[in-house]
Order: sequence, then structure tokens, then C-alpha cells
Amino acid sequence: MDLNQFLILAAFLFGTGVYGVVARRNGVLMLMSVELMLQAVNINLVAFSAFLHDVSGQVFALFVITVAAAEVGVGLAIILLIYRNLGSPDLDRVEQLKG
Amino acid sequence: MLDLAWIIPVIPAASFVLILLFGKRMPRGGSEIGVAALAAAFALSCLTAYQWIQRVEDATGAHGALSAFGRGLRASTGEEVVVHPVVHGFTWFQSGGMKFQAGIQIDGLSVLLLFVVTLVSLLVHVYSTAYLAGDRRYTHYFAALSLFTTSMLTLVVSHNTLQLLVGWELVGLCSFMLIGHWWEEQPNSDAALKAFFTTRTGDVGLMIGIIVAFFAAGQTFDIVATNQAALEVAGGHTIWLVAASCLLIGIIGKSGQFPLHTWLPDAMAGPTPVSALIHAATMVVAGVYLGARVYPVFWEGFSISAGGVNAMALIGGITIIIGALLAFVQDDIKKVLAYSTISQLGYMVMGLGVGAWTAAVFHLFTHAFFKALLFLGAGSVSHSGSHHSFDMKRDMGGLRRYMPTTFWTFMVATAALCGIFPFAGFWSKDEILVTAGQGGFTFFLWVGLIGAALTAAYMTRCVYLTFFGEFRGHGEPHESPRAITVPLVVLAVFSALAGLLNAAPFGIEKFKEWVEPTFAFPHVVHPDFSYAWASVSVVAALAAIAAAVFWFVREEQLGMLRGLTGRNRTARAAYTFLENKYYLDHLYTGVVVGSIKGPIARAAYWVNQNVIDGVLNGTAYLARRAARFTYDVLDQGVVDGAVNGIAAQTGEAGGLLRSVQSGRIQRYALLLFAAVGVLSLGLYVFN
Amino acid sequence: MIAQNVAFWIIALAMAGAAIGVVRSTNVVHAALYLVVVLAGTAAQYILLAAEFVAWVQVLVYIGAVVILFLFGIMLTRAPMGHDTDLDTDSRWPAAVVGLFLFGVLTALLVDAFGDKEIVLHEPTRTAAVADSIFRTYVLPFEVVSMLLLAALVGAVVIARRD
Repeated sequence: MDLNQFLILAAFLFGTGVYGVVARRNGVLMLMSVELMLQAVNINLVAFSAFLHDVSGQVFALFVITVAAAEVGVGLAIILLIYRNLGSPDLDRVEQLKG
Repeated sequence: MLDLAWIIPVIPAASFVLILLFGKRMPRGGSEIGVAALAAAFALSCLTAYQWIQRVEDATGAHGALSAFGRGLRASTGEEVVVHPVVHGFTWFQSGGMKFQAGIQIDGLSVLLLFVVTLVSLLVHVYSTAYLAGDRRYTHYFAALSLFTTSMLTLVVSHNTLQLLVGWELVGLCSFMLIGHWWEEQPNSDAALKAFFTTRTGDVGLMIGIIVAFFAAGQTFDIVATNQAALEVAGGHTIWLVAASCLLIGIIGKSGQFPLHTWLPDAMAGPTPVSALIHAATMVVAGVYLGARVYPVFWEGFSISAGGVNAMALIGGITIIIGALLAFVQDDIKKVLAYSTISQLGYMVMGLGVGAWTAAVFHLFTHAFFKALLFLGAGSVSHSGSHHSFDMKRDMGGLRRYMPTTFWTFMVATAALCGIFPFAGFWSKDEILVTAGQGGFTFFLWVGLIGAALTAAYMTRCVYLTFFGEFRGHGEPHESPRAITVPLVVLAVFSALAGLLNAAPFGIEKFKEWVEPTFAFPHVVHPDFSYAWASVSVVAALAAIAAAVFWFVREEQLGMLRGLTGRNRTARAAYTFLENKYYLDHLYTGVVVGSIKGPIARAAYWVNQNVIDGVLNGTAYLARRAARFTYDVLDQGVVDGAVNGIAAQTGEAGGLLRSVQSGRIQRYALLLFAAVGVLSLGLYVFN
Repeated sequence: MIAQNVAFWIIALAMAGAAIGVVRSTNVVHAALYLVVVLAGTAAQYILLAAEFVAWVQVLVYIGAVVILFLFGIMLTRAPMGHDTDLDTDSRWPAAVVGLFLFGVLTALLVDAFGDKEIVLHEPTRTAAVADSIFRTYVLPFEVVSMLLLAALVGAVVIARRD
């Protein structure tokens, strides 16, 4: 297996995630796109771990998973608050810091 | 004292400063300082003269000064004895390789002048204490007198022409100050200016002459060296002719020769003692002194030894006649004396011109005494007799009864002036005539003789109008105080006896021995005393006096001649011509000065209005335009525009950038990722 | 080798399609389900890369917990069930551009850097090795991450509390 095929797959996932972060209005959907990006990172890490025969990559991937889980929890809590305060999970509504 | 003679000019200089500083506070207004200083200077001058005489006597092997009035002895070897003058100099300053010296040259001529100047100045100082008592500027008068004396003495003892020039100019300045002593009255200040400018005109010639002589003598101002170079005719005859001519112009200005004599009569506007000191005895003879000092320059330049006619003698001769003629038509006694001075100065210059050096200098010597006496006598008359007026016809007459001392001293002086034996004037004037005759200047011999006759005539007129007849003035004439009469008597003694210093028929030639230079001096003609000509001159003078007396006393016989000018047009014209002083004043002020003054003044005015004011106005206009431009365009437009523009641009840029701050995080995220992509691309490309 | 490649490509395509589904689906729940596919596909890729432990953790944590969280979030925010056309922001196209751009740059970079590198796997990674690494070399990050989890837990509770 080529190393690149994993990496390019990861790149694709990352690009898609970027699109999703910017383009999705719903907060939850945005978080899902963030998850996509994190998946891409993980694939990168593990692929290199396999390539380099170094287990550290997998360790990092585990940590990323952990952090991602934590982040989703907090993020959804925030989205909930936004929903409660602004009446809709629409992130376009959040523009109190408009300059 | 011969070596220290420089002290003599310094004493009056110190007195000048002291009078200025302390004079006003002193009990007699500073005159004490002046009199004391001049007394000291006179004493030192006598000492210097005595030492010089000693020096000459020692050189000629005589038995000392006491034999002065015995027979003079020549050196036993019979050869010519050379007595060098005592010369001391120091470098005053240096400039561009030239050393400018100041110093003294003591020989017979300078000793003579020292004596005369200090004596007359001392007598005038004493006289002035009475004459100017209560004057508005008493102290300054004495200060100016001291300054004048210093300047004259500096001139007299100088050993180079440059120092002589300094003294010359200073005496001119002092003359201006003293003539204009009562300058509040316009005629007085006019007269002072006229004197100054006229002599200044002559000074141009003097300065050029000094410079020409400097180069001709091999780049030195030293008088002895100049004389030596002149005797050798170094550099050719022409340059010495040029030098002599230019120096002659200076003499003409200062010594009142024709045509620059016009200032002297006007200078009578000053106080009478001033006239006596400056315009009779000392300053006006500065020109003659110059002529005597650098005589070889004139001797060679004008080729005096050749006889005939030369410029110097001619000018002198003309001056004699015109001065004498003008003296006849004056009513002011001082003006008579002024013209008489002009005429006598003409004698001196003419004497120099015909080679009669000793005679001319002797005449200078004697003239100083009797002319000063005449002026001081006139002053005495005005002070005590005619209520400060000098008009003979209106305010004088018959004063001999009221002012005997003044009268008799005046008579002595007149006799001396007319050349009556044995008074001083006889010896000196006669010697000039004889030298002229025996030197081949016959024309000038006759001129001198006619002049002598005229002199006697106008002086008789003057004496008659003043002292004889009925008193025509007002007030009580009385004799003058002692401060005035004592100087008169002293001068009378000198006028009577001074001539005997060179009485050739008695074998006394002391004057010539002591004064005539033996070093760097040409071989002038030494005429033998001629009894014939002596008698002729005396007879001529007496005849003239008799004619004048006749005119005044015996009216009826001369009825035909009386009032001639009223009836005869030619006589009237001649009289008017004389009255207007040959219209010379009109010529000078109107034609010469006016034609220069007018165009120059107009040109200067034009330059001032158009050029100078034009430049100023133009500059002001440009400045205003520039200021307006700066304000409108630069300040309001550019600077404010830039500042406002920057502010506006900043606002707009801010407005633009503001749109980025949408407050929506997804937009931010977009920008973030876009930047990351670009950066990574950049890194990839440029790596 | 061929089997792995084939497997990879199948899974990869599935993942790609599901990813696009996540970001383009008009139904929120469908997007969540698409996400499940992506997550599962990732786990499968891990197994292909001989990282079995990571794969199982992925399945456990992500699919088991995170997705549940998402679904709860969808539920709590009253996301509309069914089609909802208003799910995209105005900056769709710039986003697409940026996304494509990023993908392109990354691909170029990767091709350039790792053009012909191959992954050679001898055996599956032993879990003991992973455990060793965690508890020896990376014990400190492990503890920190534990704290982080605690903080996140507490924080989420605090934030989402209804007071």
C-alpha cells in the first residue's frame, strides 16, 4: 500500500471538513464537520505510525480521539446555550461581536 | 632736548585731554591747564633752540651761543660745514612690507617753527583768558587750542611726509572747529565749512604729491632721503616736476594762495585770537613750511635755479597783488588783515619760488610776530573800543587817545609790515626782493616792489580809519585789560627786534647760519645786501604811506578823485569787481559746486526713489504674494488636504476592514483556512 | 497486497461519499448517519494499517459516544426532522473554493514529498506496545488528557445547566 493513498484520503476528508465548517449553518452540523477534520488528522497519524513502525503515532491518535470527545461535549453544550438564547441553532445569528 | 624733542608736541596733547576731562570743574574753566602746558612747551622749545644753536656753533667752530650777537665766524678751514639734523624715528606700524614711521627731525627750520608756534600759542592762550571770558564754550575753546598746537607741532617736527600729512589734516580739523566756535550763527559755521573744504581741495594735490615723491625718492617717506633723491634728480626730471606741482596745489590750499584763497577772509568769523594764531602765524604757514622742508623737490622740479618764471613764483606773485588790492575795499578791520595775510603769504611762496629760501623763512618768522600782533590789536580794539564790532568805518576812529598801548603796538606792527627800517619786516621782505633780482627773477622783483607799496597804502588806510579822526562808535572806549595788552607788548618787542637776526649790513647772519640747512640742500643764491634796492623799497613804502595820508587828510585837494566811483562807470565797475572779490566766490560756489552738486543730487534722488524704493517695494510685493500662495495653496491645500485626506482614507480603510469583522465565526474560519492554504502553498513554492 | 489495496479503495470511496454526504445533506439526521459511515470507515482503515487497538477505540468512542452526543444535540436543538433547505450559509462557494484549494495544495505537497513511499506491514501492532508507550513515554500527556476530560465534563455540565 502506498503511503500516499492514505494521506490523500486524509486530505480529502480535511478539505471536505473545511467546506462543511464554513458552509453549514446549523451548529451541530458544523461540529460534525470538525469531526471530519479530526478523522483526517487521525488517519494521517496512524498511517505514519505504520510507515515509520513507530507506535507513537497511534498513541497520538488515541489522544486525539479523547480530546475530540471532550470537545464535542463542550461544543454541544455551547450550541445548546446558543439555541436557548437565540432561539435557533443557526450560527448566523451569532454576530454580537460584529465590528 | 634735541633727542627728546618729541615731548614738545605731547605736552599740549596731554593738556587737551586734561582740559576735556577736568576743565569744566576748574576755577578758570581749564585755561590754567592750557597756559601751563604752553608755557612748558615754550620753555622746552627755547631749550631745544639753544641746543641746536650750540650744535651749529660747535660745528662751525665758533665760541658758543654767546657770540650770537657778535660777528659770526666761519669754520677756520674755510670749507663748507655740514650740520646734520637730529633725526629719530620709530616704526609706528607695518603693513604689507612697508614700515610706517613716526619721528622727529630737528634742525634749524623745525626749531624756528617750534619757537614761533609755542610762543604765539602761549601769548594767544593768555590773551584768550580775557578776550573770551564768559564765553559759552570757554573750556572747549582751550581744549581745541591745545589740540591745534599739538597738531601744528607734530607737523613741524615730523621727519617723514606721512606724519606731516597727519599733522596737516589735524590742523585743518582744528581750524574748522575754532572758526566755527560760535557755530550757532549760520555765517560762522558756513565759514568753517568753507575753510575746511577749500583746504581739503588743496589736500588732494598734497596727497598725490606725497605719493609721487614717495616713489620718486625710492619708496620712502623720509624727508631727508627725499631731499637727497631730489637733489640727485633720481628718476628723471619729470617725476619731480609732477611731485612739485601736486605739492604746490596743497600749499595753495593751505596757505591761501590764489585761487584757493577765498576761505581765509571768511575764516575771520572765528574769535580773533584764533585768527591771530591760526590764520596769521601758524596754520597758514604750514604750506610755506612744507615748501621749505622739501625744498629740493621744488628746486629741482620747477628748475628754480634757471630763473625766469616758474609756477611757484607766479602763484606767489599773483597772490601778492590780488590780496593787496582787495585789502583796499574792506570795511572790516579783520578782513583787511586777512587779505594782508594772503598777500604776505604770497611773498613767502614767491620767495621760495625765486630761490630765496632763507628770506622766505625769515619772512615767515617775522610775519608771525607782527601779523599776530596786528590781529590781537584788532581784537583788543573790538573788545574794549568798538563794542565787539570790527567795522572800521562805523564803530571805530580816534581810538589812539583811548587805547594808547594798543595804538602804539599796532603802529609798531604796521611799520614792520610795511617794511620800514629797522623793523622786522624790512629785513625779510627786502631780502626776498633782492634775491629775486639777483637770481634772475626780475619780473617778480617788480611785483614784490609794487606789492610793498600797496601794503603800505592799505595799512595806512586801516590805521587811519581805526585810530585817527573822530570816534564814530558808541559807548566808552577804554584800554584793554592786562591779559590782553601784555601779549601785545611782547609781540611788539619781537616785531621790532626780530629782524636784526639777519641784518646783513651789520654783518649779522645768524639766522641764515642757524636755520638754513647745510645737508641735503641745494645751492641757493645768497645775494649780497644791496643798499640800492633797500632804499628803493623803503622809499616806495614811505611814498605810499604819504599818498594814503594825503588822501585822508587833505580832502579838498583831491576833490576830483573823491567820489570817482560814484560818477565814473569804469571806476564803479572796477570797484564792484574788487568788492565782489573778483567774483571768485561766485565762481566756486555757483558754477563749480553747483554744476557738480545739482546733477549728482538729482541722480542720487532718482536712484533712491526708483532703484532703492523700487527694490524695496518689489520685495514687499513678492513677499506678500509668496505669503498668500503659501497660505492658500501650501497650507490650506496641500498640508491640510494631506492631513484631512489621510484621515478620510484611514476612515475608509477602516470601513473596508470593518466588513471583515462580521461577527460570524464561520466567516472567520473561512478566512483562517484560506490563509493556511495560501501560506502552505507559498512555502511549498518558495522552498 | 492486492486485497488490502482493493479493500482500501472500497472503504475510501465509501468514506469520501459519506463525507460529502455529511456536508451536503439537507437532512440533519442523515448527516449524522453519514458521519457514522465516515467514522466506521476510518476504523476500517485503522485495521488496514494494523492499528487494531486504535480502531476499536475509535469505534467505541466515536461511534458509540460521540455520535450519540450529536444525535442528542440535534434533538435538543429542535432541528427539523426531514428536509431542510436552509442549512447552508451564504459563503458556500468561497468555502468550496477554499476547501478545494486546500485539498489541492495538500495533495501536491504530499505527492511531491511522499511520492513513492510504501507502507510495509509485518504484523499487527501489539496492544501491549501501545500500552507501554502510553504508560511509559507519554504518561504525562495521558494524565493531562485525563484532567482535560474531567474539565470538559464539568464544563459541559456547567454550561448546559438550566438555571
